[in-house]
Amino acid sequence: MAAADESYPADLRYHPEHDWVRADGDEHVFGITWYAQDALGEVVYYDPPKVGDTITKDAPYGELESVKAVSDIFAPASGEVTAVNPAVNDRPEVVNEDPYGAGWLVRVKLSDPSELDSLMDEPAYRAYLAGL
Amino acid sequence: MGGFAGWDMPLYYSTASAEHRAVRATCGLFDVSHMGQLEVSGPAAREGLSRALTNDLSAIGPGQGQYTLLCQDDGGVIDDLIVYALPDRYLLVVNASNIAACRDWLAERLPDGAELADRSPEVAMLALQGPGWADALRPLAATPLAFSLDYFDIGEDVIAGVPCLIARTGYTGEPGVELMCPWDGAPAIWDALMAVEGAPAPAGLVARDTLRLEMGYPLYGQELSRERTPIEAGLKWACDIAGGGFTGAEVMRRQVEEGTADRLAVFRLTEPGIPRAGQDVLIGGRPAGTVTSGTLSPSLDVGIGMAYVPSASAAPDTDLVIDVRGKPKAARTARRPLVATSPKE
Repeated sequence: MAAADESYPADLRYHPEHDWVRADGDEHVFGITWYAQDALGEVVYYDPPKVGDTITKDAPYGELESVKAVSDIFAPASGEVTAVNPAVNDRPEVVNEDPYGAGWLVRVKLSDPSELDSLMDEPAYRAYLAGL
Repeated sequence: MGGFAGWDMPLYYSTASAEHRAVRATCGLFDVSHMGQLEVSGPAAREGLSRALTNDLSAIGPGQGQYTLLCQDDGGVIDDLIVYALPDRYLLVVNASNIAACRDWLAERLPDGAELADRSPEVAMLALQGPGWADALRPLAATPLAFSLDYFDIGEDVIAGVPCLIARTGYTGEPGVELMCPWDGAPAIWDALMAVEGAPAPAGLVARDTLRLEMGYPLYGQELSRERTPIEAGLKWACDIAGGGFTGAEVMRRQVEEGTADRLAVFRLTEPGIPRAGQDVLIGGRPAGTVTSGTLSPSLDVGIGMAYVPSASAAPDTDLVIDVRGKPKAARTARRPLVATSPKE
């Protein structure tokens, strides 16, 4: 496994539980940050929500399991799941290799896009990480 | 790094699954210097150890070792260990967390004429494991001794200039050796092995755990404890019940005759998921047992584990349900080992 180098793309919004959101058309894509995958270690299992599930901001919507530990994945915003990344079920380590690209976790149709206003931008998330 | 029995231990060097696969395919090197080494010598050593240890000590002669257990009067396991017969003494390789317990237990019970010494602080231990072990070790060995040892044999040689005890043992299910040497000599052996052609992959505690779980080897503190006997743990083969002169033999003989309520079972999930220690085993929808160890098998890519279950459900090919954090996951008991490999070459 080639783990990714630390990065926090400027076009994402960040949740304090180390989840990211990216706007993609009229839907949004969620994943976990470089910091989260590094803390978790080698990801070996993804327990995703189902397509059609309603997920709620700040609540767990799935689980990622590493060789070390199980971690809940927290929704950075509320909405309905429209797709689950099958690549992460096939090769969970893709979350370590490419947390912002091929390692995305779910696509969501947001119920209240204004929830995104409460999330951090890249400089704020980096400052938040520096304080941990 | 992670804490284990008061030691800072490497959990992994690269990734645990890559280290696991290296051990199964070629070889890996583990620093297991946390393990304890107790020596028993003197004219009464054999008699004293025969009364303490469950296996038939008369079955091994100088240069041989055997898996055995140290138990309480009620059969509860104080430790599982390997005892080696050396020309002038017995060497007991015990778990790091149980060094003091074994030492104190033996010190109190060994008869006059049996001397006990704890060498743990001065002995380092490296485990070279995997089908490529001999090719990696050959350039560093002063003599060919290591390559003629049978499984569980032990001998002395010089490796990379360091005098070692070399035992054809391990905890991975692969062929390999465990090297015991003076504490200060271990870095020279480690570095020399890393420089040979076909060098082993440095391997950490997580890979050690997934490798032993694929074999169904019990781990003290998980499957083994003072609350369980070797019979419940499926280790009757390591107990000389017929000879019967060891501590705990009475209870174990009765358990063999009458059966035990619970038995340790090895299982694999038949759907995606990873079982973990402490989770309930459900039978008829009700908690009926407890998972003692669980992981994702890197070789099989399915969840595997061990659990104490009612004896009637412990036989191979019995369907179970594991409560994985509130999600019922189908599982089936299996025979050991879960992967087709053998440490015997």
